[in-house]
Amino acid sequence: MAKPAVLTHPESLKHPAGPSAYAKDPVNASMTKEAKIALYTKMARIRHFEQRCIRIYQQGKIGGFLHLYVGQEAVAAGTISLLGKDDHIITGYRDHGHGLMVGMGMNECMAELTGKVTGCSQGKGGSMHYFAPDKNYWGGHGIVGGQAPLGTGLAYAVKYKGLKGSCLAYMGDGAVNQGAVHEAYNLASLWDLPMIFVVENNGYSMGTSQERSTAHPGCLAKRAEGYNMAWDVINGHDVYEVRAKTALALKRAHEESKPTVLEIFTYRYFGHSMADPDKTYRDKEEIKTYRDKKDPVLLFEQELLREKVLTPELSQTINDAAMAEADKAAIFADESPDPTLADITKHIYWEEDNRGPKTTSRGTIIFE
Amino acid sequence: MAVISYREALRAAMRDELNRDENVVIMGEEVAQFNGAYKVTEGLLKEFGPKRIVDTPISEAGFIGLGIGASMLGIRPVMELMFWSFSYVAFDQIVNNAGNIRYMSGGLINCPIVIRGPANGGTNVGATHSHTPEAILASHPGIKVVCPATPYDAKGLLKAAIRDNDPVYVMENTILYNDKGEVPDEDYIVPIGVADVKRVGTDLTIVAHGRAVITSLKAAEILEKDHGVSVEVVDLRSIRPLDEETILKSVRKTHRALLVEENKPFCGVDAQVAYLIQSKAFDELDAPVHRVSSIDAPQIYCKRMEDLQMPNVERVVAEALKVLA
Ligand SMILES: Cc1ncc(C[n+]2csc(CCOP(=O)(O)OP(=O)(O)O)c2C)c(N)n1
Ligand SMILES: [Mg+2]
Repeated sequence: MAKPAVLTHPESLKHPAGPSAYAKDPVNASMTKEAKIALYTKMARIRHFEQRCIRIYQQGKIGGFLHLYVGQEAVAAGTISLLGKDDHIITGYRDHGHGLMVGMGMNECMAELTGKVTGCSQGKGGSMHYFAPDKNYWGGHGIVGGQAPLGTGLAYAVKYKGLKGSCLAYMGDGAVNQGAVHEAYNLASLWDLPMIFVVENNGYSMGTSQERSTAHPGCLAKRAEGYNMAWDVINGHDVYEVRAKTALALKRAHEESKPTVLEIFTYRYFGHSMADPDKTYRDKEEIKTYRDKKDPVLLFEQELLREKVLTPELSQTINDAAMAEADKAAIFADESPDPTLADITKHIYWEEDNRGPKTTSRGTIIFE
Repeated sequence: MAVISYREALRAAMRDELNRDENVVIMGEEVAQFNGAYKVTEGLLKEFGPKRIVDTPISEAGFIGLGIGASMLGIRPVMELMFWSFSYVAFDQIVNNAGNIRYMSGGLINCPIVIRGPANGGTNVGATHSHTPEAILASHPGIKVVCPATPYDAKGLLKAAIRDNDPVYVMENTILYNDKGEVPDEDYIVPIGVADVKRVGTDLTIVAHGRAVITSLKAAEILEKDHGVSVEVVDLRSIRPLDEETILKSVRKTHRALLVEENKPFCGVDAQVAYLIQSKAFDELDAPVHRVSSIDAPQIYCKRMEDLQMPNVERVVAEALKVLA
């Protein structure tokens, strides 16, 4: 086995044993008891949904790639819990958590994984390509870093229309070495776009630790300085901290129309995808340490127990319900039909799907 | 009806659409202050201001990706590539994002963008600046590709492209920018996917697109004058969608076909057209289908040789005579 990678997560960001220093931050202190419970519930739902996915994958019902978000829940939960009606999000292929956070149902999410017509993309996108534009969720993108320019365009459109909104574009620590990301950084800053680039730094891009992929010695967010952008680093195991610091970036986007790069330190418990045996590039002990000491869902649960927002009974009820919901979604996905052969050639062109008196183009567009 | 250049026709199309729809934005390198690398967008900044006419950094993946993202929220960006050759640094955005987003979202999202700019050889600039990627791009379902050859078609196709709700890639030609032709002042579009019979004939069908249409029309005149042959020239105008009916109708009339394009031969547009003809009009043919394409090599710099590398009137005439033999 290779020497365990040295994680670049700064010591100062590691979660202290006691309560979150950010509990008293106004965005958290102002949360109602119900809002806190709702946030915890969403994190638990993401966790249980994905753990259910593992079983379905192992049964052979989910094809292709399945990138789990387990361990990273506080990132999507913390950031998305702050968003309003003109705030948009877009992410890479590790996209289930974001989907559930914006309010997608477990049924449509599960059915998409098994390629069913009842899936959010009617079985045409799969795990890496969830979409819910009605909930300001623009995917789910399979090409590392390719979503960064798109997100910048969403922010551009928000600004063009004179709306007070933003776009959050999520990516991994490996994605920051893609040219498209740097082009997006430059444009967002040059044009003062209400943009937040969220680097979910889980320490690895597939089997490559951050120190093996990145020349820059400091944190990844610091690269923002090269583009005259604000940046911050966040302990992504503490959902309160994620909310507190993201709120500042959102304010910068809304009030000043300026972009920010946020690097959120987090950790994934499972392999890069289910196809990754996870045996060559990190130590089992490292995973165990994170699971035992820094689990974002458990830490938030403890926080809320301390605050007496949650009781052990209520927590149990919430988790049981999430598991039951995931079980039901699995049955729903099982019982749903596949798309048909005819469906293969639908949803390619808007115009083909909306033929009518206004259609102007002619000719053969789908070939034999 | 005014006589204007291909360049002015493109500009008129953009001006019309900028006036018609406030969500139309022109974006690209040097399109605003510099008035366009080829002066296609000349004067638009002055007329519409910097919100509508936007200079971008040299960042094709960045600004095209940005345009795609903005289009998902209803902006209608018309993005200029200084050369279509430069599209390759933005290939992921152009193909993977623009071409797939509707499909992968099960029809929830559409991408009403236009990318336009010159895609041609023949300008003595060497291999990196002479690509003709219409076949490469048209091979992707989800993408539409048009190649206007005349000022009338340039204006009508670009207006149609801007109004279209799918990604449309407009491939122009720097050598045609100064060509003049009659163009109506009033509003019109050329529907995408409709070929145009640019010359009526009875003995041979030449199918072409882009500047190869102009070359073929000149060849047709010589064939008529010197060889007494009546040639029909079908201008595809649109590569995808493809007007198969017009091609087949002409071939069923003349029973002979010559396909001319400025692409390299392997997997060119005409490979698809040849397949179409053999599969749907095989019994109508009195001779095998022939092709004239660019000689299969990266584009040569030497001007004298480049003129020979590309389809020219002499090569088209010679090949036509072979089909007629
Ligand atoms: C352009 C491109 N290259 C390679 C891949 C294959 N690939 C998918 S994810 C991945 C690792 C990315 O790691 P990171 O950005 O850290 O995100 P994480 O998976 O950790 O969330 C790689 C190499 C891809 N999808 N796209
Ligand atoms: Mg990573």
